Amino acid sequence: MKIFLKKTLMAPEGPFDLSIDVEVRDGECVSLFGRSGCGKTSILRMIAGLQAPQEGLVKADGEVWFDSSAGINLPPQKRAAGFVFQEYSLFPNMTVEENLKFALRRGEEAVRVQEYLGLVGLKGLERRYPSKLSGGQKQRVALARALLRHPKVLLLDEPLSALDVQTRWRLQDEVLRLYEKTGITMILVSHDPFEVMKLSGRVFMLEAGRIVKSGGPQDVFCGSEWEVFFQSAKNGPRAVRGF
Amino acid sequence: MTYDLTPLWLSLKLATVTTIVLILVGIPLAYSLAFSRGRTKPFWEALVSMPLVLPPTVLGFYILVLLSPGHAFGAFLERVLDVRVVFSFTGLVIGSVIFSLPFMVNPVKAGFQNFPHALIEAAYTLGKSRRQTLVSVIIPNTKASLLTGIVMSFAHTMGEFGVVLMIGGGIPHQTRVASIAIYNEVEAMNYSAANFYSVILVVFSLAALVLFHVLYRRHGEVV
Repeated sequence: MKIFLKKTLMAPEGPFDLSIDVEVRDGECVSLFGRSGCGKTSILRMIAGLQAPQEGLVKADGEVWFDSSAGINLPPQKRAAGFVFQEYSLFPNMTVEENLKFALRRGEEAVRVQEYLGLVGLKGLERRYPSKLSGGQKQRVALARALLRHPKVLLLDEPLSALDVQTRWRLQDEVLRLYEKTGITMILVSHDPFEVMKLSGRVFMLEAGRIVKSGGPQDVFCGSEWEVFFQSAKNGPRAVRGF
Repeated sequence: MTYDLTPLWLSLKLATVTTIVLILVGIPLAYSLAFSRGRTKPFWEALVSMPLVLPPTVLGFYILVLLSPGHAFGAFLERVLDVRVVFSFTGLVIGSVIFSLPFMVNPVKAGFQNFPHALIEAAYTLGKSRRQTLVSVIIPNTKASLLTGIVMSFAHTMGEFGVVLMIGGGIPHQTRVASIAIYNEVEAMNYSAANFYSVILVVFSLAALVLFHVLYRRHGEVV
Protein backbone atom coordinates (compact mmCIF):
# COMPACT_ATOMS: atom_id res chain seq x y z
CA MET A 1 0.00 0.00 0.00
CA LYS A 2 1.33 3.39 -1.00
CA ILE A 3 0.56 6.46 1.07
CA PHE A 4 1.85 9.84 -0.01
CA LEU A 5 0.03 12.81 1.51
CA LYS A 6 0.55 16.55 1.74
CA LYS A 7 -1.77 18.95 3.49
CA THR A 8 -1.60 22.10 5.57
CA LEU A 9 -3.27 21.42 8.91
CA MET A 10 -4.42 23.84 11.57
CA ALA A 11 -3.25 23.43 15.14
CA PRO A 12 -3.79 25.71 18.14
CA GLU A 13 -0.17 26.89 17.77
CA GLY A 14 -0.73 27.74 14.12
CA PRO A 15 -0.72 25.98 10.76
CA PHE A 16 1.81 23.25 9.92
CA ASP A 17 2.49 21.13 6.85
CA LEU A 18 1.74 17.46 7.01
CA SER A 19 3.88 15.53 4.61
CA ILE A 20 4.35 11.78 4.63
CA ASP A 21 5.39 9.21 2.06
CA VAL A 22 5.30 5.59 3.21
CA GLU A 23 4.83 2.09 1.86
CA VAL A 24 2.96 -0.48 3.91
CA ARG A 25 3.34 -4.12 2.94
CA ASP A 26 0.31 -6.39 2.66
CA GLY A 27 -0.51 -8.00 5.97
CA GLU A 28 1.71 -5.62 7.89
CA CYS A 29 0.63 -3.79 11.03
CA VAL A 30 2.15 -0.35 11.33
CA SER A 31 1.59 2.35 13.91
CA LEU A 32 1.48 6.09 13.65
CA PHE A 33 2.77 7.32 16.97
CA GLY A 34 2.98 10.84 18.29
CA ARG A 35 1.46 13.50 20.49
CA SER A 36 -2.09 14.67 19.89
CA GLY A 37 -2.35 17.25 17.16
CA CYS A 38 0.60 15.95 15.16
CA GLY A 39 -1.62 14.86 12.27
CA LYS A 40 -2.06 11.12 12.98
CA THR A 41 -5.84 11.07 12.75
CA SER A 42 -5.83 13.29 9.65
CA ILE A 43 -3.65 10.71 7.90
CA LEU A 44 -6.16 7.94 8.62
CA ARG A 45 -9.04 10.16 7.51
CA MET A 46 -7.28 10.95 4.25
CA ILE A 47 -6.66 7.24 3.59
CA ALA A 48 -10.35 6.50 4.25
CA GLY A 49 -11.49 9.39 2.05
CA LEU A 50 -13.13 11.37 4.85
CA GLN A 51 -10.77 14.26 4.20
CA ALA A 52 -8.82 15.19 1.09
CA PRO A 53 -5.12 16.06 0.98
CA GLN A 54 -3.92 18.98 -1.14
CA GLU A 55 -1.55 16.66 -2.90
CA GLY A 56 -1.02 12.96 -2.73
CA LEU A 57 -1.31 9.38 -3.88
CA VAL A 58 -3.10 6.60 -2.04
CA LYS A 59 -2.95 3.16 -3.57
CA ALA A 60 -4.14 -0.10 -2.04
CA ASP A 61 -3.67 -3.50 -3.65
CA GLY A 62 -3.04 -1.89 -7.04
CA GLU A 63 -6.19 0.20 -6.80
CA VAL A 64 -5.84 3.99 -6.86
CA TRP A 65 -7.99 5.63 -4.17
CA PHE A 66 -6.54 9.10 -4.47
CA ASP A 67 -4.23 10.65 -7.01
CA SER A 68 -4.05 14.42 -7.18
CA SER A 69 -2.04 14.39 -10.42
CA ALA A 70 -4.73 12.34 -12.19
CA GLY A 71 -7.63 14.03 -10.43
CA ILE A 72 -8.80 10.79 -8.79
CA ASN A 73 -10.56 10.99 -5.43
CA LEU A 74 -12.74 7.99 -4.62
CA PRO A 75 -15.45 8.67 -2.01
CA PRO A 76 -15.19 6.70 1.26
CA GLN A 77 -17.95 4.37 0.06
CA LYS A 78 -15.74 3.13 -2.80
CA ARG A 79 -12.59 2.58 -0.74
CA ALA A 80 -12.22 -0.86 0.81
CA ALA A 81 -11.03 0.54 4.14
CA GLY A 82 -12.39 -0.50 7.53
CA PHE A 83 -12.42 2.36 10.01
CA VAL A 84 -12.58 1.91 13.77
CA PHE A 85 -13.27 5.18 15.54
CA GLN A 86 -12.10 6.15 19.00
CA GLU A 87 -15.65 6.81 20.18
CA TYR A 88 -16.92 3.48 18.71
CA SER A 89 -19.54 5.13 16.46
CA LEU A 90 -22.13 2.39 16.78
CA PHE A 91 -25.59 3.32 15.53
CA PRO A 92 -27.74 3.78 18.66
CA ASN A 93 -30.97 2.86 16.85
CA MET A 94 -29.65 -0.59 15.86
CA THR A 95 -28.95 -3.69 17.93
CA VAL A 96 -25.52 -5.33 17.83
CA GLU A 97 -26.72 -7.65 15.09
CA GLU A 98 -28.28 -4.83 13.08
CA ASN A 99 -25.10 -2.76 13.38
CA LEU A 100 -23.20 -5.64 11.80
CA LYS A 101 -25.84 -6.34 9.17
CA PHE A 102 -25.65 -2.70 8.13
CA ALA A 103 -22.09 -3.34 6.92
CA LEU A 104 -23.16 -6.12 4.54
CA ARG A 105 -23.39 -5.43 0.84
CA ARG A 106 -26.72 -5.89 -0.89
CA GLY A 107 -27.46 -9.58 -1.34
CA GLU A 108 -24.72 -10.67 1.01
CA GLU A 109 -25.64 -13.47 3.38
CA ALA A 110 -26.44 -12.63 6.96
CA VAL A 111 -24.66 -15.84 8.00
CA ARG A 112 -21.40 -13.90 8.05
CA VAL A 113 -22.76 -11.71 10.82
CA GLN A 114 -22.93 -14.73 13.14
CA GLU A 115 -19.42 -15.75 12.12
CA TYR A 116 -18.01 -12.34 12.99
CA LEU A 117 -19.99 -12.13 16.21
CA GLY A 118 -18.31 -15.37 17.22
CA LEU A 119 -14.94 -14.06 16.10
CA VAL A 120 -15.05 -11.17 18.57
CA GLY A 121 -16.76 -13.23 21.30
CA LEU A 122 -20.10 -11.42 21.26
CA LYS A 123 -22.49 -14.35 20.72
CA GLY A 124 -25.50 -13.94 22.97
CA LEU A 125 -25.44 -10.12 22.81
CA GLU A 126 -27.00 -9.90 19.33
CA ARG A 127 -30.18 -8.23 20.48
CA ARG A 128 -28.62 -5.67 22.79
CA TYR A 129 -28.55 -2.00 21.92
CA PRO A 130 -25.18 -0.18 22.10
CA SER A 131 -26.35 1.80 25.15
CA LYS A 132 -26.49 -1.51 27.07
CA LEU A 133 -22.91 -2.53 26.25
CA SER A 134 -19.65 -1.86 28.08
CA GLY A 135 -16.92 0.15 26.36
CA GLY A 136 -14.95 -3.01 25.56
CA GLN A 137 -18.00 -4.73 24.09
CA LYS A 138 -18.79 -1.67 21.98
CA GLN A 139 -15.31 -1.65 20.50
CA ARG A 140 -15.57 -5.38 19.68
CA VAL A 141 -18.77 -4.66 17.77
CA ALA A 142 -17.03 -1.80 15.95
CA LEU A 143 -14.10 -4.10 15.05
CA ALA A 144 -16.36 -6.86 13.76
CA ARG A 145 -18.41 -4.31 11.79
CA ALA A 146 -15.33 -2.83 10.14
CA LEU A 147 -13.98 -6.30 9.25
CA LEU A 148 -17.28 -7.48 7.76
CA ARG A 149 -16.77 -5.29 4.71
CA HIS A 150 -13.68 -7.26 3.59
CA PRO A 151 -11.44 -4.21 3.84
CA LYS A 152 -8.00 -4.19 2.25
CA VAL A 153 -6.79 -2.19 5.19
CA LEU A 154 -8.08 -1.73 8.72
CA LEU A 155 -7.64 1.79 10.06
CA LEU A 156 -7.71 2.05 13.84
CA ASP A 157 -7.94 5.56 15.27
CA GLU A 158 -6.88 5.29 18.92
CA PRO A 159 -9.42 2.50 19.23
CA LEU A 160 -8.71 1.60 22.84
CA SER A 161 -7.88 4.93 24.42
CA ALA A 162 -11.33 5.42 25.96
CA LEU A 163 -11.13 2.10 27.83
CA ASP A 164 -9.81 1.34 31.30
CA VAL A 165 -6.37 -0.26 31.53
CA GLN A 166 -7.49 -3.86 32.11
CA THR A 167 -10.02 -3.78 29.27
CA ARG A 168 -7.44 -2.16 27.06
CA TRP A 169 -4.95 -4.97 27.61
CA ARG A 170 -7.59 -7.59 26.93
CA LEU A 171 -8.69 -5.83 23.76
CA GLN A 172 -5.06 -5.51 22.62
CA ASP A 173 -4.80 -9.30 22.80
CA GLU A 174 -8.05 -9.53 20.92
CA VAL A 175 -6.88 -7.20 18.14
CA LEU A 176 -3.63 -9.17 17.90
CA ARG A 177 -5.59 -12.42 17.60
CA LEU A 178 -7.87 -10.95 14.90
CA TYR A 179 -4.85 -9.63 13.06
CA GLU A 180 -3.13 -13.00 13.08
CA LYS A 181 -6.30 -14.80 12.06
CA THR A 182 -7.34 -12.51 9.21
CA GLY A 183 -3.87 -11.47 8.00
CA ILE A 184 -5.26 -8.02 7.26
CA THR A 185 -3.11 -4.92 6.75
CA MET A 186 -3.53 -2.61 9.74
CA ILE A 187 -2.67 1.01 10.39
CA LEU A 188 -2.97 1.93 14.03
CA VAL A 189 -2.96 5.44 15.42
CA SER A 190 -1.94 5.56 19.05
CA HIS A 191 -0.24 7.67 21.65
CA ASP A 192 0.24 4.71 23.96
CA PRO A 193 3.79 3.30 23.56
CA PHE A 194 2.82 -0.06 25.12
CA GLU A 195 0.06 -0.54 22.64
CA VAL A 196 2.33 0.34 19.74
CA MET A 197 4.99 -2.13 20.92
CA LYS A 198 2.51 -4.90 21.45
CA LEU A 199 0.58 -4.57 18.22
CA SER A 200 2.80 -3.26 15.50
CA GLY A 201 5.80 -4.48 13.57
CA ARG A 202 6.80 -1.03 12.40
CA VAL A 203 6.37 2.41 13.89
CA PHE A 204 6.32 5.84 12.32
CA MET A 205 7.00 8.49 14.92
CA LEU A 206 5.38 11.78 13.94
CA GLU A 207 6.12 15.31 15.01
CA ALA A 208 4.20 18.25 13.55
CA GLY A 209 3.15 16.35 10.44
CA ARG A 210 6.49 14.76 9.62
CA ILE A 211 7.96 11.33 10.26
CA VAL A 212 10.95 11.90 12.50
CA LYS A 213 11.82 8.25 13.08
CA SER A 214 10.66 4.92 11.73
CA GLY A 215 11.49 1.26 12.12
CA GLY A 216 10.77 -1.59 14.54
CA PRO A 217 9.38 -0.45 17.92
CA GLN A 218 12.71 -1.25 19.53
CA ASP A 219 14.70 0.97 17.14
CA VAL A 220 12.24 3.81 17.37
CA PHE A 221 11.79 3.93 21.11
CA CYS A 222 15.40 3.17 22.18
CA GLY A 223 17.43 6.29 22.58
CA SER A 224 14.30 8.44 22.58
CA GLU A 225 12.42 10.05 25.42
CA TRP A 226 10.20 6.97 25.32
CA GLU A 227 13.04 4.57 26.20
CA VAL A 228 11.93 4.40 29.80
CA PHE A 229 8.55 3.06 28.60
CA PHE A 230 10.25 0.58 26.38
CA GLN A 231 12.49 -0.75 29.16
CA SER A 232 9.53 -1.10 31.50
CA ALA A 233 7.37 -2.70 28.84
CA LYS A 234 9.96 -5.39 28.20
CA ASN A 235 9.23 -6.66 31.70
CA GLY A 236 5.54 -6.97 30.80
CA PRO A 237 2.74 -4.50 31.29
CA ARG A 238 2.09 -5.65 34.82
CA ALA A 239 5.52 -4.48 35.93
CA VAL A 240 4.65 -0.91 35.03
CA ARG A 241 1.19 -0.80 36.45
CA GLY A 242 2.21 1.86 38.92
CA PHE A 243 3.74 4.03 36.27
CA MET B 1 -79.03 22.06 17.83
CA THR B 2 -76.90 20.57 15.08
CA TYR B 3 -73.86 22.26 13.61
CA ASP B 4 -72.18 21.86 10.26
CA LEU B 5 -69.13 19.66 10.83
CA THR B 6 -67.50 20.22 7.43
CA PRO B 7 -65.29 23.14 8.57
CA LEU B 8 -63.72 20.85 11.19
CA TRP B 9 -63.21 18.04 8.69
CA LEU B 10 -61.74 20.49 6.21
CA SER B 11 -59.28 21.79 8.81
CA LEU B 12 -58.30 18.24 9.74
CA LYS B 13 -57.89 17.22 6.11
CA LEU B 14 -55.89 20.35 5.29
CA ALA B 15 -53.57 19.86 8.28
CA THR B 16 -53.03 16.17 7.44
CA VAL B 17 -52.30 16.72 3.75
CA THR B 18 -50.08 19.73 4.51
CA THR B 19 -48.09 17.77 7.08
CA ILE B 20 -47.57 14.84 4.69
CA VAL B 21 -46.38 17.19 1.94
CA LEU B 22 -44.12 18.95 4.44
CA ILE B 23 -42.52 15.67 5.53
CA LEU B 24 -41.71 14.89 1.89
CA VAL B 25 -40.48 18.39 1.07
CA GLY B 26 -39.13 19.48 4.45
CA ILE B 27 -36.75 16.58 5.19
CA PRO B 28 -34.67 16.90 2.00
CA LEU B 29 -34.70 20.68 2.38
CA ALA B 30 -33.62 20.47 6.03
CA TYR B 31 -30.89 18.01 5.03
CA SER B 32 -29.45 20.22 2.32
CA LEU B 33 -29.57 23.29 4.57
CA ALA B 34 -28.01 21.43 7.50
CA PHE B 35 -25.04 20.09 5.55
CA SER B 36 -24.50 22.67 2.83
CA ARG B 37 -21.54 25.00 3.09
CA GLY B 38 -22.49 27.18 0.15
CA ARG B 39 -22.29 30.93 0.31
CA THR B 40 -25.98 31.36 -0.45
CA LYS B 41 -27.01 29.25 2.57
CA PRO B 42 -27.98 32.24 4.80
CA PHE B 43 -30.25 33.49 2.04
CA TRP B 44 -32.11 30.16 1.74
CA GLU B 45 -32.35 29.87 5.53
CA ALA B 46 -33.86 33.36 5.70
CA LEU B 47 -36.29 32.55 2.90
CA VAL B 48 -37.53 29.41 4.69
CA SER B 49 -38.08 31.44 7.88
CA MET B 50 -39.89 34.34 6.17
CA PRO B 51 -43.39 33.04 7.03
CA LEU B 52 -42.46 33.42 10.72
CA VAL B 53 -42.15 37.20 10.41
CA LEU B 54 -44.44 38.14 7.51
CA PRO B 55 -48.12 38.89 8.22
CA PRO B 56 -50.13 35.93 6.84
CA THR B 57 -52.11 38.36 4.70
CA VAL B 58 -48.96 39.48 2.87
CA LEU B 59 -48.00 35.88 2.13
CA GLY B 60 -51.58 35.01 1.20
CA PHE B 61 -51.82 38.02 -1.07
CA TYR B 62 -48.72 37.14 -3.06
CA ILE B 63 -49.61 33.47 -3.34
CA LEU B 64 -53.08 34.52 -4.50
CA VAL B 65 -51.64 36.80 -7.16
CA LEU B 66 -49.13 34.18 -8.30
CA LEU B 67 -51.69 31.40 -8.60
CA SER B 68 -54.51 33.45 -10.12
CA PRO B 69 -55.30 32.86 -13.82
CA GLY B 70 -54.45 36.51 -14.47
CA HIS B 71 -50.80 35.80 -13.67
CA ALA B 72 -48.48 33.86 -15.96
CA PHE B 73 -47.92 30.99 -13.50
CA GLY B 74 -51.62 30.62 -12.65
CA ALA B 75 -52.49 30.80 -16.36
CA PHE B 76 -49.90 28.12 -17.08
CA LEU B 77 -51.43 25.82 -14.44
CA GLU B 78 -54.88 26.34 -15.89
CA ARG B 79 -53.83 25.89 -19.50
CA VAL B 80 -51.46 22.94 -19.13
CA LEU B 81 -52.81 21.07 -16.12
CA ASP B 82 -56.38 22.33 -16.36
CA VAL B 83 -56.54 23.21 -12.66
CA ARG B 84 -57.50 26.43 -11.01
CA VAL B 85 -55.86 26.46 -7.61
CA VAL B 86 -57.14 29.73 -6.17
CA PHE B 87 -60.30 29.34 -4.09
CA SER B 88 -59.82 25.56 -4.09
CA PHE B 89 -58.55 22.99 -1.60
CA THR B 90 -55.35 22.53 -3.65
CA GLY B 91 -54.67 26.24 -3.29
CA LEU B 92 -55.12 25.96 0.47
CA VAL B 93 -52.58 23.13 0.58
CA ILE B 94 -50.02 25.12 -1.43
CA GLY B 95 -50.45 28.16 0.81
CA SER B 96 -50.33 26.10 4.02
CA VAL B 97 -47.19 24.24 2.95
CA ILE B 98 -45.38 27.53 2.34
CA PHE B 99 -46.74 29.08 5.50
CA SER B 100 -45.80 26.14 7.76
CA LEU B 101 -42.45 25.39 6.06
CA PRO B 102 -40.29 26.84 8.88
CA PHE B 103 -42.19 24.84 11.49
CA MET B 104 -41.05 21.63 9.79
CA VAL B 105 -37.67 22.61 8.37
CA ASN B 106 -36.16 24.48 11.36
CA PRO B 107 -36.49 21.77 14.05
CA VAL B 108 -35.49 19.00 11.63
CA LYS B 109 -32.49 21.01 10.44
CA ALA B 110 -31.41 21.61 14.05
CA GLY B 111 -31.73 17.88 14.75
CA PHE B 112 -29.58 17.00 11.73
CA GLN B 113 -26.94 19.59 12.64
CA ASN B 114 -26.63 18.30 16.19
CA PHE B 115 -26.34 14.70 15.06
CA PRO B 116 -22.80 13.35 15.68
CA HIS B 117 -20.87 13.61 12.45
CA ALA B 118 -18.74 10.58 13.32
CA LEU B 119 -21.81 8.34 12.91
CA ILE B 120 -22.42 9.72 9.43
CA GLU B 121 -18.78 9.08 8.54
CA ALA B 122 -19.00 5.58 10.00
CA ALA B 123 -21.90 4.84 7.64
CA TYR B 124 -19.91 6.18 4.68
CA THR B 125 -16.92 3.98 5.53
CA LEU B 126 -19.34 1.03 5.62
CA GLY B 127 -20.16 1.77 1.98
CA LYS B 128 -23.51 3.46 2.50
CA SER B 129 -24.63 6.31 0.26
CA ARG B 130 -25.80 9.67 1.56
CA ARG B 131 -29.41 8.66 1.00
CA GLN B 132 -29.04 5.33 2.79
CA THR B 133 -27.28 7.11 5.65
CA LEU B 134 -30.08 9.67 5.91
CA VAL B 135 -32.82 7.02 5.93
CA SER B 136 -31.19 4.35 8.10
CA VAL B 137 -28.96 6.35 10.43
CA ILE B 138 -29.81 10.04 10.65
CA ILE B 139 -33.63 10.03 10.62
CA PRO B 140 -34.11 7.13 13.11
CA ASN B 141 -31.78 8.89 15.56
CA THR B 142 -33.35 12.34 15.24
CA LYS B 143 -36.94 11.23 15.75
CA ALA B 144 -37.55 13.81 18.46
CA SER B 145 -36.89 16.76 16.15
CA LEU B 146 -38.88 15.16 13.35
CA LEU B 147 -41.76 14.71 15.78
CA THR B 148 -41.50 18.37 16.78
CA GLY B 149 -41.67 19.35 13.12
CA ILE B 150 -44.71 17.16 12.45
CA VAL B 151 -46.69 18.33 15.47
CA MET B 152 -45.84 22.00 15.03
CA SER B 153 -46.72 21.98 11.31
CA PHE B 154 -49.96 20.13 11.97
CA ALA B 155 -51.03 22.37 14.85
CA HIS B 156 -50.01 25.50 13.00
CA THR B 157 -52.06 24.52 9.94
CA MET B 158 -55.09 23.71 12.10
CA GLY B 159 -55.03 27.23 13.51
CA GLU B 160 -54.23 29.05 10.27
CA PHE B 161 -56.48 31.97 9.34
CA GLY B 162 -55.02 34.75 7.23
CA VAL B 163 -53.44 32.73 4.45
CA VAL B 164 -56.39 30.35 4.01
CA LEU B 165 -58.81 33.27 3.95
CA MET B 166 -56.81 35.06 1.27
CA ILE B 167 -56.28 32.04 -0.97
CA GLY B 168 -59.44 30.08 -0.21
CA GLY B 169 -61.95 32.85 0.27
CA GLY B 170 -63.91 30.87 2.85
CA ILE B 171 -66.23 29.09 0.43
CA PRO B 172 -68.58 26.80 2.46
CA HIS B 173 -67.83 23.06 2.01
CA GLN B 174 -64.77 23.83 -0.09
CA THR B 175 -62.37 26.17 1.62
CA ARG B 176 -64.16 27.31 4.77
CA VAL B 177 -62.01 25.74 7.46
CA ALA B 178 -62.81 25.83 11.20
CA SER B 179 -60.93 29.05 11.97
CA ILE B 180 -62.81 30.92 9.23
CA ALA B 181 -66.13 29.35 10.27
CA ILE B 182 -65.61 30.72 13.79
CA TYR B 183 -64.99 34.18 12.40
CA ASN B 184 -68.10 33.98 10.17
CA GLU B 185 -70.28 32.76 13.04
CA VAL B 186 -69.12 35.57 15.31
CA GLU B 187 -69.81 38.07 12.54
CA ALA B 188 -73.35 36.65 12.23
CA MET B 189 -73.65 36.76 16.06
CA ASN B 190 -74.09 32.95 16.24
CA TYR B 191 -72.06 32.71 19.42
CA SER B 192 -73.14 29.18 20.26
CA ALA B 193 -71.88 27.87 16.89
CA ALA B 194 -68.64 29.84 17.29
CA ASN B 195 -68.28 28.36 20.75
CA PHE B 196 -68.90 24.85 19.42
CA TYR B 197 -66.08 25.08 16.87
CA SER B 198 -63.78 26.84 19.32
CA VAL B 199 -64.21 24.28 22.09
CA ILE B 200 -63.44 21.45 19.70
CA LEU B 201 -60.31 23.24 18.43
CA VAL B 202 -59.11 23.95 21.97
CA VAL B 203 -59.64 20.34 23.12
CA PHE B 204 -58.09 18.93 19.96
CA SER B 205 -55.02 21.19 20.11
CA LEU B 206 -54.46 20.43 23.78
CA ALA B 207 -54.77 16.69 23.18
CA ALA B 208 -52.32 16.87 20.26
CA LEU B 209 -49.76 18.77 22.33
CA VAL B 210 -50.08 16.40 25.30
CA LEU B 211 -49.55 13.45 22.96
CA PHE B 212 -46.52 15.22 21.53
CA HIS B 213 -44.93 15.72 24.94
CA VAL B 214 -45.56 12.09 25.86
CA LEU B 215 -43.95 10.89 22.63
CA TYR B 216 -41.14 13.40 22.92
CA ARG B 217 -40.26 12.13 26.36
CA ARG B 218 -40.12 8.60 25.05
CA HIS B 219 -38.13 9.29 21.88
CA GLY B 220 -36.17 12.25 23.17
CA GLU B 221 -34.24 9.93 25.47
CA VAL B 222 -33.24 7.57 22.69
CA VAL B 223 -31.07 10.16 21.00
